[in-house]
Amino acid sequence: MKQDLQTQLVRELVIESLEGLDSFDSFLLAVEKGGYSDELLNNAFRVIHTIKGSSGCLGLASIEHLAHAGENLMAQVRDGKTSVSGELTSVLFRYSDALRAMLRELEEFGEVRSHSDQGLIESLQAAQVNADALEDSAFGFFEPVEVLPVPRVPQDEPPIRTEAVTPQAKESSPASKAASESVIRVDIGQIDKVMNLVGELVLARNQIVQFSNQYSDPALGNAVQRVNLITTELQENVMKTRMQPIESVWSKFPRIVRDLCHELGKDALLQMEGQEVELDRTIIEAIKDPLTHIVRNAVDHGIESAEKRALSGKPAQGTIRLRAYHEGGQVNIEISDDGKGIDPDRLLRKAVQRGLISPEQSQRMSEREIKNLIFLPGFSTADAVTNVSGRGVGMDVVKTNIEKIGGSVEIQSQRGLGTVFRLKIPLTLAIIPALLVTSGGDRYAIPQASLLELVRIEGDQVAQAVEFIHSTPVFRLRGKLLPLVDLNQELELGGEREPGAPIFLVVLQAEGKHFGLMVDAVNDTEEIVVKPLGRELSGLPVYAGATIMGDGHVALILDVLGIARRAGILTDNEHSDSRVTKESTTADETAETASLLLVEVERMRFAIPLSNIARLEEIPAKHVENTPEGRAVRYRGQIMPLIGVASALGLDTNLRDNRPDPFQVVVCREGDRNFGLVIDTIEDIVHTELHARTESGQPGIEANYILQDRVTSLMDVEQLIRQTRTTARKAA
Amino acid sequence: MMQLCTFRIGADLYGIDVLSVQEVVREQEVTRVPLAPAGIHGLMNLRGSIVSTIDMRQRMRLQPFAKGEPHSNVIVQAGNGIAGLMVDQIGEVLSPDEDRFETPPASLRREVRELITGVAKLDGDLLLVLDPKRVVLENVADR
Repeated sequence: MKQDLQTQLVRELVIESLEGLDSFDSFLLAVEKGGYSDELLNNAFRVIHTIKGSSGCLGLASIEHLAHAGENLMAQVRDGKTSVSGELTSVLFRYSDALRAMLRELEEFGEVRSHSDQGLIESLQAAQVNADALEDSAFGFFEPVEVLPVPRVPQDEPPIRTEAVTPQAKESSPASKAASESVIRVDIGQIDKVMNLVGELVLARNQIVQFSNQYSDPALGNAVQRVNLITTELQENVMKTRMQPIESVWSKFPRIVRDLCHELGKDALLQMEGQEVELDRTIIEAIKDPLTHIVRNAVDHGIESAEKRALSGKPAQGTIRLRAYHEGGQVNIEISDDGKGIDPDRLLRKAVQRGLISPEQSQRMSEREIKNLIFLPGFSTADAVTNVSGRGVGMDVVKTNIEKIGGSVEIQSQRGLGTVFRLKIPLTLAIIPALLVTSGGDRYAIPQASLLELVRIEGDQVAQAVEFIHSTPVFRLRGKLLPLVDLNQELELGGEREPGAPIFLVVLQAEGKHFGLMVDAVNDTEEIVVKPLGRELSGLPVYAGATIMGDGHVALILDVLGIARRAGILTDNEHSDSRVTKESTTADETAETASLLLVEVERMRFAIPLSNIARLEEIPAKHVENTPEGRAVRYRGQIMPLIGVASALGLDTNLRDNRPDPFQVVVCREGDRNFGLVIDTIEDIVHTELHARTESGQPGIEANYILQDRVTSLMDVEQLIRQTRTTARKAA
Repeated sequence: MMQLCTFRIGADLYGIDVLSVQEVVREQEVTRVPLAPAGIHGLMNLRGSIVSTIDMRQRMRLQPFAKGEPHSNVIVQAGNGIAGLMVDQIGEVLSPDEDRFETPPASLRREVRELITGVAKLDGDLLLVLDPKRVVLENVADR
């Protein structure tokens, strides 16, 4: 019994002391910034004093000794007898770390193993003004609580409580005193137990609601309704208890940034916005390391040295900004810096150098794809992998860890200006709204967070609705091409679909890309309790967990990202291009095969190779703006020039003034820019052999073919774009 | 003396430490897990917990249980893992004498030998003692 009490008291001591040391550090950081409040100062002294007192009472001699060594100095600082200088704060930081190290040992091993750093103690004593004068005058400031060197038997009343009645307590502001009285400490395990029980209650509630729908008894209906409401509220409130403000993760960062800056000879200011944003405890745990890594990276690789910054006209002090906010049912966390940004060329070179991509691939990558190279395993562009952030952790681990909890990471960067990391993470993992679907005879749950919309294609449209590009089924959803994934196929569920039967598409998004998941039937949405899969199954990337449905059956929860990856939706453009070349080389020698978009312009038929096409868009006329180089539109943060195919090809454009609104635009990519080809109507997508080729002298046209019984001109998109830009420049 | 919960897998008699056995349940509704490693039959709902069921016949390289074929589930706990073992008939709880135990004969099939800790010679039968940890925690995808 006594042993248990001792263990518990020691645990409490460690927790409270570590927290206290965090606020001690806050004081030192404030000093370094040039200003600190009396409250911070008094608090800092109190922290050391408390550690000394409580460790003494619990017989922890070495901690008490070390705390005592710094207490005198802190008393002097508090009384204004010693002024805080840069040197002093350095010593005090070391002091804080030394205490922390001892507390950690205590936590891990149950005892303190290392000896006090004698050099540190001497530094502390040297910093004191006058050791002799101190003993007399300072005595009155100390607490009447005496600390005996002999280890004591712990008293029934934890000694820490006696602090509350000392004069020190009067100095704390009324607000903080009231706050500490209305807050209690609860063991995390206890909260988790309650959370589990609430989860079970939610399941049972779902079952009751389902069964009661079969009966029309009003009394039963009322009771079930009440249980329903109460359970929902209970669930919300219990989840709230597990929510912690993100500040609990961020609070360590100022110190980390400061230490790193000192180590690397840089200067950076850490700004925080949105510290009060709350996340479930499990998520906080999961993002701690990734966030720390990104912040360290920002100082290490992002912020330049003061000299370099001066050369670029930047202020000597860099800024790192942490920002958290709610958006769309998720929490967004942004870590931005005004450092040197990501250099895409350098990235490409390193990637090719390390054999991660081929030189050809490096030519064709979009900006976004280049930046995502950072997430490849084993990638670090630091010329010397510093001890600081490259400890074999790596950005790939960051990405994996964030994705494991159902979140995503995005990078935005501009060379010379800075970088922004944007993390999107779900609010909680335990209970999520999900869409239930049936496929292959089994039911599956799809997290609503990834769900965009549902599409049902009826009988007569079925035959034409699904088109094929490289044997990948696609569906044209409001003019945009949506790749399709057949769930029955991906999970190898077997079962043929009846031709003509309605098709159900669940439109999902993964890493910003949309795709449609074909299922047999769509059921309803439900709140489900997420249960992790056992070890044997957790390795399967297509499942995010399992749940128990209202009727007691187990249903698997699909991992949208895992399915997208498995189906090949997330491969980069160059892979699909290589497939094109492979197929065309193995095709019949006498005829070329191509995948083409057929369009009408001025009543003439044109074909545009699908490999050139990024998207099909409809743009309202009012969004089209005039620039000196021609017409353009704002598209995805860029200015996209619009090329009127008709005028570019010198066609008779008597319809120009009656152009249909909205503009039908085929978005093509050249290098890292988008160009919009304006056409009249989109006719079809074909995957076909090209016959009867006749050369064309027309610039912008590669050749003429007969397709679907019409003369079709195959556009040379690159030439068309180049030609238009040259004309524009000439005109200007 | 160890108490063993015994059961048949195919024609062979197996036993597992009673202390690792949480319970024995009848046939349950099992949800299949597409793409799961071989041997994982599916998932079942055990009073709110989701438990993987392992087709022990398949694990021992025998003819797997057909749909609807009668069987029992031995719910085994080992380490942090819990799993349901699909077996044929459940036998009695036995406590064979120490002197009955022998080292596993070399003639045993590999998939059997890697899961058992010992063999007990009973009258007219050979009792193969399973290691609960290995059965539950090992990746059954040893195709």
